Amino acid sequence: MIKTLKRFLYNQKIAPYIFILPFVLIFCVFFIYPMIYTIIMSFQKILPGENQFIGFSNYSKLFRDSVFFKAVANSFVYMVLTLVLLIPFPMLFACMINSRTMAAKEFFKSVFFLPALTSVVVAGTIFRLAFSESDSSLMNQFIQMFGFAPIKWLKMRETGFAVLLLLACWRWTGVNMLYFLSGLKNIPEELYESADIDGANSWAKFAKITVPMLKPTIIYVMTISVYAGLAMFTESYMLWGGNNSPQNIGITIVGYLYRQGIEKNNMGYASAVGIVLLALAMVLNLTQLKINGLFKKED
Amino acid sequence: MPKENINSGRKPNMALRIIMIVFFSIIGIVLVLPFICNFVSTFKPGNELIRHGLNLEISSENFTLANWKYLFGGTTSYFTWFSNSMLLTVLQVVFTLAISAFVGYGFAMYDFKGKNAIFICVLLIMMVPFEILMLPMYMQIINMKLVNSFAGIILPFVANASSIFFFRQYLLGIPKSIIDAGRVDGASEYGIFFKLILPVMKPSFAAMGILNTMGAWNNFLWPMLVLRDESKFTLPIGLNTLLTPYGNNYDLLIVGSFFSILPIFILFLFFQRYFIEGMTAGAVKG
Repeated sequence: MIKTLKRFLYNQKIAPYIFILPFVLIFCVFFIYPMIYTIIMSFQKILPGENQFIGFSNYSKLFRDSVFFKAVANSFVYMVLTLVLLIPFPMLFACMINSRTMAAKEFFKSVFFLPALTSVVVAGTIFRLAFSESDSSLMNQFIQMFGFAPIKWLKMRETGFAVLLLLACWRWTGVNMLYFLSGLKNIPEELYESADIDGANSWAKFAKITVPMLKPTIIYVMTISVYAGLAMFTESYMLWGGNNSPQNIGITIVGYLYRQGIEKNNMGYASAVGIVLLALAMVLNLTQLKINGLFKKED
Repeated sequence: MPKENINSGRKPNMALRIIMIVFFSIIGIVLVLPFICNFVSTFKPGNELIRHGLNLEISSENFTLANWKYLFGGTTSYFTWFSNSMLLTVLQVVFTLAISAFVGYGFAMYDFKGKNAIFICVLLIMMVPFEILMLPMYMQIINMKLVNSFAGIILPFVANASSIFFFRQYLLGIPKSIIDAGRVDGASEYGIFFKLILPVMKPSFAAMGILNTMGAWNNFLWPMLVLRDESKFTLPIGLNTLLTPYGNNYDLLIVGSFFSILPIFILFLFFQRYFIEGMTAGAVKG
């Protein structure tokens, strides 16, 4: 009996399934099941001991919920602004570091990477205190040097958002720069040499060779940034010390999901929030990938 | 070797080089400034921070080593959190690497029915933000009686999609003739993996090990959901409690925050190359 089992497990046809078995198990238990469960819950009212099917009520309630719309707007604006700030600038920095003119490249790469080593808790704490409303906080001292009055950074929507974005830029500029640097390594030097022979200037080389050749990296960074941006929560959680910002200026979709599900134990409603976020993320990224022509050429 | 040397016929423009170095230095200083602020503030009383926020000022009047003495004084839970973080990180990295490499090997070296469909599932996990599934996953952990345990934190992420992807990618570059040679020598399918393949995978373990270490050490949201007892808290969760109205303790918060960065920082100093390799692994192939 044991011998047959052993022969079965060691069979060359069976072995591959054994190798991927751990993944399949984890995938079913911690992905498929929760996914189905959350879809079902989004149509239910979850009460202790019994779940009541309530059709689309959670969704129709969601589309009349002004806080939810605020959360969607915040997450969306945050995502768009991180794309605007965290793609062109890191790309430019990567090109500059990669150029022959630059020196001490390895040193600057390391320095730019340092902020990515911090946890969101430490980074959030530092930013929260550096942007504190006191006259003598780091940022208020800085703006006072230019004659501005001290600002209550985290009390207003615009400045609060600026702090969130600065935190994102601080942590991720170096990482995205590294992505672009690894993309630049894949561009054959000959392209630039023949452009030199044709008398192309630096700008032409950048626009006609570098950017098109970096397209796969741009698509990659864009895809992960869309997800990270829409799913942002812990940054806001840390800056405002918990999930409560004044007038919900820092609420995000996931923050609202957390509030409904964990803080108010309203699992059905929270599940509906999650499903809307999933739909939003999928639609945005599939559109983005289609526009960028990823589905056209398969190689 | 460095590409830029290939056509170094032209001399780089010295003026431009200086401008660029100055430019990068300014950005570099701005990026390092929060760390310096944090370090300077470890020598100031906590109530000073509450009143004045974080800044670079330090005077002989308010300079104190009290926070550092407090940190190492053993009267706080800090080093309980610290050792919890250490233990959790080691366990999570060891299990994740072992299982992800095992699975990655299956995908890279065999052709079998359903392979593509299952591999699409790996990509699917990478496409769905974890935050969407955190509530049902949390309920699943409660059902499985794994709440408040390290197992509950580790288990759902032990077959880590991006690590599997990376290992598969790495193994695709290894000649299949190693396997055939192993079979000729009479090794079993698993023997081939453990005795012949694992040794050649070492460099990929370094990159993924570092990346997963950083992720586990800094992990916040999922452990915060799973863990209940203060005695099981990890550093990020423990530090976060110091900010709440109940746990309000800025003396420990600021020095503890700074100290919590050090282990990863030291790893970074020694294994920089692997950090960068692991980080950019996904982007290279687009």
